Amino acid sequence: MTGRARISGAVSRRGLLTGGLAGGFLLAFHLPLRAVNGPVQPPDATPGKFAPNAFIRIDATGQTTLVMPQVEMGQGVYTSIPMILAEELDTDFSQITLEHAPPSDKLYGNPLFGIQATGNSNSVRAWWKPLRTAGANARAMLVQTAAQQWQVDPTSCTTSNGVITHKETGRQLSYGALAVAASGQTPPKNVALKDPKDFVLIGKSLKRLDTPDKVNGRAVYAIDAMLPDMKFATLAQSPVFGGKVGKVDDSVARKIPGVRKIVVLDDMVAVVGDHMWAAKKGLDALVIDWDEGPNARLSSKDIWQDLRVASEKNGVVAKSEGDIAKGLATGDRLDASYELPFLAHATMEPINCTVHLRPDSCEIWTGTQVMTRVQSEAAKAAGLPVEKVVVNNHLLGGGFGRKLEADMVVAAVRIAKQVDGPVKVVWTREEDIQHDIFRPVYRDTIAATLSDGKIVGWKYRVAGSSIMARWFPPGFAKGIDIDAVDSAIDIPYDIPNISVEYVRAEPPAVPTGFWRGVGPNNNVFAIECFIDELARKAGKDPIAFRRSMLGKAPRFVAALDLAAEKSGWGQPLPARVGRGVSMQPSFASFIATVVEAEVDEQGEVHLRRVTCAVDTGIAVNPDTVMAQIEGGLIFGLTAALYGEITIDKGRVQQSNFHDYRMLRIDQTPKIEVHVIKSGETPGGIGETGVTAGPPALRNAIYAATGVALRRLPIDRSLIAAGRKS
Amino acid sequence: MLKLTINGEEKTFDAPPNMPLLWVLRDILGLTGTKFGCGIAQCGACTVHIDGKAVRSCLLPVASVRDRAVTTIEGVGATPIGAKVQKAWLDLEVIQCGYCQSGQIMGASALLAATPDPDDSDIDAAMAGNICRCGTYVRIRAAIKQAASGRQS
Repeated sequence: MTGRARISGAVSRRGLLTGGLAGGFLLAFHLPLRAVNGPVQPPDATPGKFAPNAFIRIDATGQTTLVMPQVEMGQGVYTSIPMILAEELDTDFSQITLEHAPPSDKLYGNPLFGIQATGNSNSVRAWWKPLRTAGANARAMLVQTAAQQWQVDPTSCTTSNGVITHKETGRQLSYGALAVAASGQTPPKNVALKDPKDFVLIGKSLKRLDTPDKVNGRAVYAIDAMLPDMKFATLAQSPVFGGKVGKVDDSVARKIPGVRKIVVLDDMVAVVGDHMWAAKKGLDALVIDWDEGPNARLSSKDIWQDLRVASEKNGVVAKSEGDIAKGLATGDRLDASYELPFLAHATMEPINCTVHLRPDSCEIWTGTQVMTRVQSEAAKAAGLPVEKVVVNNHLLGGGFGRKLEADMVVAAVRIAKQVDGPVKVVWTREEDIQHDIFRPVYRDTIAATLSDGKIVGWKYRVAGSSIMARWFPPGFAKGIDIDAVDSAIDIPYDIPNISVEYVRAEPPAVPTGFWRGVGPNNNVFAIECFIDELARKAGKDPIAFRRSMLGKAPRFVAALDLAAEKSGWGQPLPARVGRGVSMQPSFASFIATVVEAEVDEQGEVHLRRVTCAVDTGIAVNPDTVMAQIEGGLIFGLTAALYGEITIDKGRVQQSNFHDYRMLRIDQTPKIEVHVIKSGETPGGIGETGVTAGPPALRNAIYAATGVALRRLPIDRSLIAAGRKS
Repeated sequence: MLKLTINGEEKTFDAPPNMPLLWVLRDILGLTGTKFGCGIAQCGACTVHIDGKAVRSCLLPVASVRDRAVTTIEGVGATPIGAKVQKAWLDLEVIQCGYCQSGQIMGASALLAATPDPDDSDIDAAMAGNICRCGTYVRIRAAIKQAASGRQS
């Protein structure tokens, strides 16, 4: 019934489903994903518990709770983060409980961002050292406590699975038995971390902790929040960017059974009902006159026209090596430009947020990548101090950067101001796609020169929106958006004369934001497509050409060689089938990818096979690394094959999965991911597959047909006509 | 008042007869395992079983279900095929965000009930209506085969 609160996840016992089968790691996992309400309890004030830092709590029964500073949106971080903590803590991984962290930049700010955000494939990268240290410190305090009780040297004690053993006498104490006494210990300084050869968890493909509840409907996403006396709402925002509500005729809507209230705001209208169906029927029955405002004539054509003009101007130099004028004056020159479209995120869980606003407090149930930002934005919208806003986070039904924004929370709070009691605001898929915060359009212009089969000059200019300028101003310093030039300024090839420029070009009225793969999606696409065109001009094999310019990048050479070997590079293929390669330095992982695709006479592209070799340093959970790349490839290839948001008359023209298409299982190729063993510090992985797929696919089409596409999504008519775009 | 048999239990509730089953399950009965994804039967997140067959519940008027048995993700594990599919899903670590997976599992169990040993084209035909934005398709295919054969594929 609707009155049942289901915010807390249920306990699952993985063993019931997997016992005796998975091999290796077969224990009962407990994963009550409790939403933490209220202000953070100071760790040292928790009575009867050992809470040496913001991430670890051990009670007297030995129950170990790990608090997750990063959010789980499918990327497996609710397994990899616990593995890192548990590795150094030497706790029993089968007995841990996870908790979503409450909002606190101070305690849970991502070390690479300084704010509590999950993105840019940096959860493991950012937390690798801090969480290992947190685990090691906690372990040292427990060992110290045991050693004092036994009156022995701490170095004569060992730890394993939450138990301390004194080697000589065989005495043992569990972490639980020491929890109360250990709380009095002073945290030690400069505790040594484990030698990676002694890892017992890291490097193993342990089963994910979040998935057992995802096979039986028990996992609770924000959209599943159920509260006593909750109402349901859905909304319509101005179909034209920046438009306002004019007149609203609600005479029919009001008569629909279950409709309780029509909320009219200056830029949106919401219908509140007893269930989503009533709200949706009510919304459909409204007659809304929109004041379309100044953007009523905005079109993709004009946006592209403006961007093309902007991209021909000089930009701010983000990287300069050698003498670019001299470099471009040497050898044979090739020029090209590449264009990438607006994209929507289309998380499978449509945008939603539940709010219970009271005169002196505001409680939020949502799934967000930015806990503290949601809290502060909700506070502003509610007119309350930040500490009066409680945020309950959930498992995310996809994030992809959409949930780095707080617009859905602000909208829900504004609606909630006119509703007594809690209200769940769920966006229809149409609203979700048409009122996204879109991946910006980009245009990249490149000029390069070839001499003796090598690149001597490389002038690269990226033009597009600065997301950082809005989202994270420190990332937009001196006119350079660090995301927009990511992977362009760290191009791995040996090129003596390089210039990379950035032109900030904001599309009018269209809001832009991060999209899985972020800046590297654009730059790796342009660079890797152009490298293939240069290889052809030089008369060289695309892999041999790349390999000859990787003198300073041995990890790339290894990845490229492995991808070539595993993909059967060079082996004969049928007519109209091609292989294409891409490489990327993005997110501190070294990845080479080969796509094999068939192109039919109509220009339709069929994916046959994808082979990926990845060196991400130490792979905390190798199976998760593989899964992220498999899925990321599909995400990126979907965009390459279909993804484009277009605008006409100030409106987004796509609305749902029939016209904003997704790759489906019957189009999915065979995918092989080869993880290279490495002892290096972990790199990022969640976004890498997205970036890897499109250039490799485009280069496969180029190999199969000779058509050098320079725009995404792929244009089938150009392929069929055998021309380049 | 309307009456439905869901996961073997009789439920009585008040709802407009044309209200889609999806919203009855989620918003009236609190069975939130069945997901809203698109509202136009394009994504499969809302898949349930009606008399064992996979049906998109987002467009299905509740009154049209009548006395046919409804099974949702909350109940499918009680069937031998559903349990096998859930187990294969965990063994092969299919799931990422998990939001579409209720629908995927319902689709896969209906497929295996009708076609115990599906080949790739059977899987394509049965599962192409289910979108996974995380892109878990390769593992979905492998898990269906494992559930069918009982072996690791």
